[in-house]
Amino acid sequence: MDTRYLFKRYNTWWVKLAVPRTLRDQLGYDLRESLKTHDLEKAKELRWEVVGNLKNKIEIAKHQLGPELIEDKPKTPVEKFLPPTDVKDPQYYHKVVDCQHACPAHTPVPEYIRQIAQGNYNEAYMMNWESNVFPGILGRTCDRPCEPACRRTRTHDKPVAICRLKRVTYDYKDEISSLLPTAPESNGKRIALIGGGPASLTVARDLVIMGYQCVLFERDKRAGGLMRTNIPSFRLPEKVLNEEVDQIINLGIETRFNTEITSMKEFLKEDFDAIFVGTGAPKGRDINIEGREEAGKSIHIGIDWLTSIAFEHTKSIGKKVIVLGGGNTAMDCCRTSIRLGADDVKVTVRSPFDQMKASEWEIEDAMNEDIPIYDNHVPKKFIIQNNKLVGMEFEKVEAKFDDSGKRSLVPTGEDPIIFECDDVLVAIGQDNAFEWIERDIGIEFGEWDMPIVDKITFQSTNQKIFFGGDAAWGPENIIWAAAHGHQAAISIDKFCNEKDLYERPEPGTTLVSQKMGVHEWSYDNDISQASRLLVPHAEKTVALKDLKMEVELGFDEQMALDEANRCLNCDVQTVFSEQLCIECDACVDICPTDCISFISNGTEEEVRNNLRIPALNLNQDILVSDNLLQTARVMVKDEDVCLHCGLCAERCPTGAWDMQNFLYEEAKAYS
Amino acid sequence: MTYITKPINHHPRLESNKLGLTRRDYEGSVSTLCAGCGHDSISAAIVEACFQLNIEAYRVAKLSGIGCSSKAPAYFLNQSHGFNSVHGRMPSIATGAAMANHELLYLGVSGDGDTASIGIGQFIHCARRQLNMTYFVENNGTYGLTKGQFSATNDLESKSKYGDENLFPAIDLPSMAIQLGASFVARSFSGDRDQLVPLIKAAMCHKGFSLLDIISPCVTFNNHNTSTKSYDYIREHNEALSKPDFVPLGKEITTSYEPGESSEVSLHDGSTLSLTKLALDYDPTDKIIAIKKIQESQRDGKVLTGLLYADPSAKDLKEILNITDQPLNTLTQEQLCPGKSALKDINDNLK
Repeated sequence: MDTRYLFKRYNTWWVKLAVPRTLRDQLGYDLRESLKTHDLEKAKELRWEVVGNLKNKIEIAKHQLGPELIEDKPKTPVEKFLPPTDVKDPQYYHKVVDCQHACPAHTPVPEYIRQIAQGNYNEAYMMNWESNVFPGILGRTCDRPCEPACRRTRTHDKPVAICRLKRVTYDYKDEISSLLPTAPESNGKRIALIGGGPASLTVARDLVIMGYQCVLFERDKRAGGLMRTNIPSFRLPEKVLNEEVDQIINLGIETRFNTEITSMKEFLKEDFDAIFVGTGAPKGRDINIEGREEAGKSIHIGIDWLTSIAFEHTKSIGKKVIVLGGGNTAMDCCRTSIRLGADDVKVTVRSPFDQMKASEWEIEDAMNEDIPIYDNHVPKKFIIQNNKLVGMEFEKVEAKFDDSGKRSLVPTGEDPIIFECDDVLVAIGQDNAFEWIERDIGIEFGEWDMPIVDKITFQSTNQKIFFGGDAAWGPENIIWAAAHGHQAAISIDKFCNEKDLYERPEPGTTLVSQKMGVHEWSYDNDISQASRLLVPHAEKTVALKDLKMEVELGFDEQMALDEANRCLNCDVQTVFSEQLCIECDACVDICPTDCISFISNGTEEEVRNNLRIPALNLNQDILVSDNLLQTARVMVKDEDVCLHCGLCAERCPTGAWDMQNFLYEEAKAYS
Repeated sequence: MTYITKPINHHPRLESNKLGLTRRDYEGSVSTLCAGCGHDSISAAIVEACFQLNIEAYRVAKLSGIGCSSKAPAYFLNQSHGFNSVHGRMPSIATGAAMANHELLYLGVSGDGDTASIGIGQFIHCARRQLNMTYFVENNGTYGLTKGQFSATNDLESKSKYGDENLFPAIDLPSMAIQLGASFVARSFSGDRDQLVPLIKAAMCHKGFSLLDIISPCVTFNNHNTSTKSYDYIREHNEALSKPDFVPLGKEITTSYEPGESSEVSLHDGSTLSLTKLALDYDPTDKIIAIKKIQESQRDGKVLTGLLYADPSAKDLKEILNITDQPLNTLTQEQLCPGKSALKDINDNLK
C-alpha cells in the first residue's frame, strides 16, 4: 500500500515531508500538515496537493539560501523491503476485527457476543449502549454494515447474525438502571439540540453525563425522530423505542416537545454555548409526471404517510396500492399498506432488482409477505378517470453501462405497462430542508443547498453550530447518526473549553493474553461449523392483520448461544514475538488456513505473492515481523482468512505466538 | 500436544492436485508430539510431497517401530495402510509386506533409537537387500520418550540438557547405508522445507532402498545450547551440497543453469532430480566422493545435507530375487499349485 508522506496523528491523517539538512535551522526537521480526514483512501488522494505545496516551500527556502549551499544528494530508492508491522498503531489490530472496524460507531462486537454466550446480557447490553446508544432499536433496524464485513463470509458462508444478537442483549437484559451513569453537577454550559432523533440524543447523552445542561427541541410530541415516525411498529415496537429514548432523556435532559424552531437567527439570541442540529432529512421527494395534480390526494409521500400512521392520523388505504421506489422506506410502505387492509400491493423500481437500494433482508421480508417487486419500471403517468386515480403507466427499461461505468436506464421499446391502483405511495428519496436557517448568520451553504460541515469536527462555518446525522450530509442510517453524535459531542466539549477541535482523542486499547494454562485459553476457540440461524417470525396470517405486531420474534436463549458460538473472536489477536521464534515451522504446519509463511523479505507485492497462498485480498493487511534471528527471514501472516483458532499459539514451543484479546474503545467526549 | 482439533476449514484458494485433493486431504490426526517437534515438520513435508506427486493414499503403507518418530505416521496420510511394529523391527515388517505386495509405496518411519540402536541389525539387512522403500530416520540424537538419554547418533562433543558428557562417537547412518549398497541416500533438516520436500519426492520415486536421514530437533530434550542437533546449531553448521528441485515425468526443466552449476539425477520412473550445485566438484553418483565428503565435513564440524549418493540404475530386491511381477498376495491357488501335469513338465525338464 502506498502511504508515502502519510502518518496518523490525533486519529486523523497528516502529511509529513522531511526537510533537507541545510534548511533545518530555518524550517525545522520536517514540515507537516493535517489533511483533516480519518479516511485513508481520501488522505491518499488529498496528499499530493499538500505535498506539492510543502515541496514548494522547501524550494523557496533553498532559493533564498543560494544554490552553493544545497547538497546534491541522490534520491532515496523505493522501499525494497517491508518494515516490521507497527502493531502499536491501534488501527492495525482494529482492522483485523472486521465487524468492529466496519461499524461506524466501532461497537466491540466480538466482545459483547462473548458476553451473550456467557449469559451476561446486562454487560453485553451496556457495551452496546456505550457505543451505539440504541441497542434494542438497532438490534431490530440497523443497516448492519458489520455483517457483510464479517470474516465468516470469507472463511465459511454467511456472516454471524450480529444485528439479531444485539437485539438479544436488549431482550434478555434485566433491570439495568443501576448500571447507567448519572449526570454530575452542572458545569454551567448550556447546549441546544434541535431535532429529537438519534444524532441529537447521542450528543445529549454524551454531554449530559459530563455535566452539560442539554435542552432538546422537538417538533413532535415525543423524541425519537425518524425512529418513531418512519419505522413501522411491526419492525420496531413502540415499547422498545420509548424505553431507549426515555433512558437517555431521564439522564437529565430538558425537553421542549411540540416546539418547532422556525428561525435560526431568532434561536441564536437564546443563551446557548453551542447548538447541535440533528433535524434529519425530513422532506420526502415528490414525483412530477402527467396526472400528478389530478390524482391529488390519492398520492402520498412515503415518509409523511408513515409519520401520520405512527401518530395514528391515518388508519386506512385503498385496496390497490402501488409503491414507487426501491429503498427501505418503500419496503416499509408496502408492508404497512397490507396491514392497513390493502389486498393488492406492488412495488415498482426504476433500477434492476439487484441494484435496489433497500437492504437485502428488508426486500426479503417484503417478498415473504407476498408483495411483488417490479424492477426496470419507470413511472410515466398517473391515469385518471372521472377525476379519480385508477392506475399508472410504466415504461420498461434496462440498465446499460458506459465505459466509465456510468449507468443509464434505456427504454426497451416494449409496450407500456399499466397497473391499476387506488393509492400511490412515493418513496423515491428524501431531502434536507433548511428553510428555517437564514443565510446571513455565518452558516455557509454549499452544493445541493446543504450547509458546509467539517467531516472531522462536524462544525459548520458558524463555530457555535454543529450538524450531525442525516442533517449533515443527507440520508444515512441510525448507526451513522450515533457515530456522528459521538464525534459532535467531542467537538462541542472541545469548543466549550476552547481547545483545538482537530486534536481528536485517541481510542482506548488494551491487549491481554488469553492463555490460562497448558492448552487452556479464556475464549472458546472451537470453530463452529453451524449455519447461520434464522430468526423465527410470527405467524404470517396473524402478523399481516396487525399493524403493531412485531414480525420478528428474536432468538430464544439457546439459539442466541448457538449463533454466538459462530463468532470467530477476531478480536483475539495472533501476537508474534520474533525474538522468541526458533523457526520450527510448527505454526506453519498447524494453521488450518495457511495464513503463516516464513519467507525472505521484499516489496509488498513480492511478499504478498510469495506466501504459501498468495495474499490477494488487498483490503486485508499482512503482519510482517522483524528479521528472524536464525535465518534472517521474516514471518508474514496474512490476516485475510485467519480463523483465530489459536492453534499457532497452541503449537508454538516457545510462546512466540500468543493469543491476546484486543479491546478497542472508540473515544467518547466523556472518556 | 494439542487438545483442540484442527478445524476442517481451509483457505478458499487452497489448490487441488490432479486427483482433486487438497493438501489438507493428506493430513492425519492432530499430533500428540511436543509442540515444535521437528517430526511434525517432517510429517508436513511428507504430506506436501504426497500431495504434489498426486499419490493415492490407499496405495501407501506406513510402517514404524517404537519411539516418538514411530508415532508420527498417525499424523499424516489418514487414508493409508499402517503397521506400528515392535521396537526396531520395522524393516522386517516392511520386507514381509513388500514381498507380499510390491505394488504399494512403502514408507518406513523410524528414529535414531529405533534404527541405530535396537534395530541396527534390521536396518543393515534391509539396506543391503535393496528393499524398495523409503526409510525415514527422524534423527534427534536423543531418547525423547524416556526423558532425553543420549542416542547412538548423538555427537561426541554434544552435552545433554542436564550437562552429561557423551562418551561414545555417533553412528553415521548415511555412510553406513552407502557402504551397505543403499541406492539413494540423503540427509536433510526438518527446518529446511525447501530442501526436504524435493528429496522426499525423489526418494519416493526411486526404485530400491532410499534412506532419508533427517535431523529433527527435539525441542524438549535436545534443543539446548550445548546440543549439536538443535535448531540453531544445525542452521549454523548446515553445509548444503545442492539445492534440489524435483521435476516429475513429462515436465521440462525450465530453470537454466550455467554449465557446471547444476546436475541431474534421472530416476527410473522418468522423473528427474535437478540439483543446483552449492559444493563444487561433487558428484552424487560417485560413492567414493560421497564417503570422502561426508568424512571431511564431519572432521570440519559441518552437517552435510542434500542428496549424498544415488544410483538410479541399481536393482531392487524384487529384481534381485527375480520375483514375479504379479503381487504374491494376489496369486491364486491354481497359479501356486498348477497341478500334476505342470509338475510332470518340470520333472521332464530335469531329466
